[in-house]
Amino acid sequence: MSTLRLALRLLGRDWRAGELRVLIAALVLAVASVGTVGFFADRVKLGLSEQANLLLGADLMISGDRPLPDAYATEAQRRGLAVSPVIRFNSMVQMAAPNANAPVLADVKAVAPGYPLRGAITLPDAELPEGRPVAGIPNRGEVWIDTRLAQRLGAALGAKIAVGEATFAVGAIFLQEPEIAGLSFALGPKLLLNRDDIAATNLLQPGNRATWRLLVAERSGRALEGYREWLTLQLAAGQRVETVRDLRPEVRQTLERAEKFLGLAALVAVLLAAVAVALAASRYLRRHLDAAAMLRCFGASVAKTLVLFVTQFVVLGALACVAGLIVALAGQELLVVLLSSAFTGGLPAPTWPPGLAAFITGMLLLFGFALPPLVALAKVPPLRVLRRDLPRPRVGGALAYLAGILVIGVLIAWQAREAQAGAIMVGGVALLVVASTAIARLLIALLKRLPQRGVSWRFGLANLRRRALASSLQIGALALGLMALLLLTVVRGDLMRNWRATLPPDAPNQFLINVLPDQVDDARTILNTSLKADTTFRPMVRGRLVEVNGQKLDTTRYADTRARRLAEREFNLSWTDKLPNGNRIVSGTFWLASARGSDAGISLEDGIAQTLGVKLGDALTFDVGGNRVTAKVTSLRKVDWDSFRVNFFALFPPGSLDDMPTTYIAAFRAPDGNGGWLSSLIQKYPNILAIDVGEILRQVQAIMERVARAIEFVFLFTLAGGLLVLQAAIASTQDERRYDAAVLRTLGASQRQLRGAQIAEFLLLGAIAGLVAAAGATAIGYVLADRVFNIPFTSNPMLWLYGIGGGAIAVTIAGWLGTRSTLRQPPLAILRQFG
Amino acid sequence: MQPLIRAEGLTKIVQSGDEPLSILENVTFDVEPGAAVAIVGASGSGKTTLLGLLAGLDRPTAGDVVIDGTTLSSLSEDARAALRARLLGFVFQSFQLLPALTALENVMLPLELANAADATTRARTWLDRVGLGKRTGHYPRQLSGGEQQRVAIARAFVGEPKLLMADEPTGNLDGATGVEIAELMFRLNREHGTTLVLVTHDVNLASRCVRRLSLSAGRLVGDERANATVPA
Repeated sequence: MSTLRLALRLLGRDWRAGELRVLIAALVLAVASVGTVGFFADRVKLGLSEQANLLLGADLMISGDRPLPDAYATEAQRRGLAVSPVIRFNSMVQMAAPNANAPVLADVKAVAPGYPLRGAITLPDAELPEGRPVAGIPNRGEVWIDTRLAQRLGAALGAKIAVGEATFAVGAIFLQEPEIAGLSFALGPKLLLNRDDIAATNLLQPGNRATWRLLVAERSGRALEGYREWLTLQLAAGQRVETVRDLRPEVRQTLERAEKFLGLAALVAVLLAAVAVALAASRYLRRHLDAAAMLRCFGASVAKTLVLFVTQFVVLGALACVAGLIVALAGQELLVVLLSSAFTGGLPAPTWPPGLAAFITGMLLLFGFALPPLVALAKVPPLRVLRRDLPRPRVGGALAYLAGILVIGVLIAWQAREAQAGAIMVGGVALLVVASTAIARLLIALLKRLPQRGVSWRFGLANLRRRALASSLQIGALALGLMALLLLTVVRGDLMRNWRATLPPDAPNQFLINVLPDQVDDARTILNTSLKADTTFRPMVRGRLVEVNGQKLDTTRYADTRARRLAEREFNLSWTDKLPNGNRIVSGTFWLASARGSDAGISLEDGIAQTLGVKLGDALTFDVGGNRVTAKVTSLRKVDWDSFRVNFFALFPPGSLDDMPTTYIAAFRAPDGNGGWLSSLIQKYPNILAIDVGEILRQVQAIMERVARAIEFVFLFTLAGGLLVLQAAIASTQDERRYDAAVLRTLGASQRQLRGAQIAEFLLLGAIAGLVAAAGATAIGYVLADRVFNIPFTSNPMLWLYGIGGGAIAVTIAGWLGTRSTLRQPPLAILRQFG
Repeated sequence: MQPLIRAEGLTKIVQSGDEPLSILENVTFDVEPGAAVAIVGASGSGKTTLLGLLAGLDRPTAGDVVIDGTTLSSLSEDARAALRARLLGFVFQSFQLLPALTALENVMLPLELANAADATTRARTWLDRVGLGKRTGHYPRQLSGGEQQRVAIARAFVGEPKLLMADEPTGNLDGATGVEIAELMFRLNREHGTTLVLVTHDVNLASRCVRRLSLSAGRLVGDERANATVPA
């Protein structure tokens, strides 16, 4: 008989006997967890690449916070490039009288013919989930709104909508339009109007944060690179060039970070699966020694015996990995559904490379951890058929598992892609397992001191103690999975609640911005009458930092992209005669209430000063619409940003910014759901923007919930890994358990007593794992609260209850399912087998 | 006198491949209280199977066992276990001590299973009596074969059973230790008036019993008493 056929036959027998269940489950789990995350990340990345050049609606986009020079467009046209100008800003829009309802903050784009240069605006179509492309742009007197805005306003085609001081008819309701936010979390609802109508709205007031864009696209040939080079020399402060290439790293970085996190979470499941594979393979070794000895006795060489077993494992591994891939395909689809509302537009279908990677992971795992026992098996002395008491062939300890450890190392490096992040992750997981195992070992040792009443209890404890190392390892593995779930459920909820609790109940939930100086008094009156609230309006001037100590600010010297962004952006400057609430001077001195003019200096927020590398005493020059203001930094402030009060990075004394274009901003608390005050305010002053912070908080929270659910889903693999290690450990001690049960039965133990002993063992195992998990989750929760979120930490007693109770129940059920067969066989048969 | 054990037409057939294999065929005998009975026979003659059936560790294919007036076939698995806890003690060839428990804990086990109150004291007393009073805290792996069998004997007697069943109790021990263990077992048996059923192929051991039942290929082929031989 050929080796393959013999191998398949032996495999079939083991399969029937249920010898391979744990091994198969471990491989399926490993492949499924790596595959799920791999497929998902790959689809998102592919989706990004496909959409990338459509995201801008152009090949290149110039944007500035002031109108762009005409030369940019004329030069592009001279070089044969297509151009299309766009103005983008936020505005409150509402149904025109007499149907006026609560205004909605919309993302407005004024577009010109030719828009978009790349991609298309799509209309909803029942037949096409991605929508039907439409040509052209809104006619004059017309706006196109997206489906979300239509829903929020309750507007249908032809409805009249007020934008600023003008009224427009809804000409189209679109699904999507090319936009940077194409694949990131959806931003506000959108409105498109014709650029020639912008003047009629009268919305482009000095304080309005509009962005002027010029879209540029290649018609034919290769003029873009030359234009880009020319452009780089022309760019003034506050102007940026973005291409797909510039855009992608940022979006991609975010996604890669998410992918890395999910990948490493999946890897924890793989680590646990590896433990399960190792346990299952060593059991396989023990149970196949006689068969191997027999083969050797009949004349099979070590090599042939090895080939025979390896062939079985290759077939077994391939089948299990394919099953894992099927689970992974379902799992990644579930991830897409969980996160679906985060992606506008569909994702491309899964491709095979991540599947291949997951498959290889499974096979490497199998051979990394199963090969040493197989080699030992092939080397069994044939004399064993006569002398059962010959020592078992040794696997060779940790050294033999070097291959497996290498495999894990490679997998981690591959998932983490960065040596440092990988090392931190491996170190972290290793530390957690070692710590959990050590604590478990300690607790097991302490069990001896518990009162030893009742045979079931005593016997359960004795079982835990006897397999102290194995028990500790199981507890460590289970604790890891439980801890991940506790962190994501209980601790996350606690942190969110604590964070919300730090907000005073009267914290502002509404911001009014873009209020012009001559509107302040009236706006304050409207708010005071309708909300009975005394609202403070703070002045705001937008200026760009152009010089530090007389030196032109070179933003390229900032390696940190955040610092560069901050330096390139316009700052919100304000003035005040006294230090605002929630601000604390950390160095320097704040000016006296009587101080006037820029001689008294600038008070700068401490964090931004550090980011920009500005020190006390440095002279800063701001450019405010062509006027320059220079002042020395006389104090640095810490600001309590969580208070939701109006705060500024840079504060001047009164008198420094007179005659500069100024708008006012106010923060106040309005009752939820009553937009009456807003409606009357916006109808009178369409330029004013109202930002509902409560709504933003709710949106952020909703996004966090979805992401957390996705992570929870991946961590379910981790918990499954923990339970699998438990199952593997139970399977590997099955023979001992059967023997114990048989002896106890012979001595007259009842089923109830035997069951009691096993349940006692599993209850304790699960409770200890839960205890370790709760302790770990509390510790991590404390670090997160104290170091990351800066909120007070309160420990949750329920965490311990959930951890210990949940662990005990889950482990007892899993353990009981794994061991109940040990009670069924007649004792004599078992005793003879072992005798 | 009512017999302590009555075996009636005991038959055990197992399926071996496609063929039914008969291990015991129609074995019938009585054992009166206080007797010492040896079951002898060649390997594979069905000795251990018979002992297992007598103790209710396995179910016969046909026939029945009555112990102290109770018919085993009428009992559930748990009820048979309870009967064993009440009436039976065991000594095995391979000792069958639980490796996770100390000597003392192993001896306490039958008492604990029966919810006896003074398990520790009684177990200690019995370990003293088998000469292991100083090794109560040792685990089986820390004891020699002879010592392990002493623990097993203490465990068998601690419940003060009416009936002691022993399966090749000296089979795993060297000659001198075997004699010592046999001596101990017979002495305790005498002192406590226990009925002994012993499976062995050790002729010396068998000859110390007043009655020898011989098995051959699953049939009872001899029932020899110290003073007379009665054909089966």
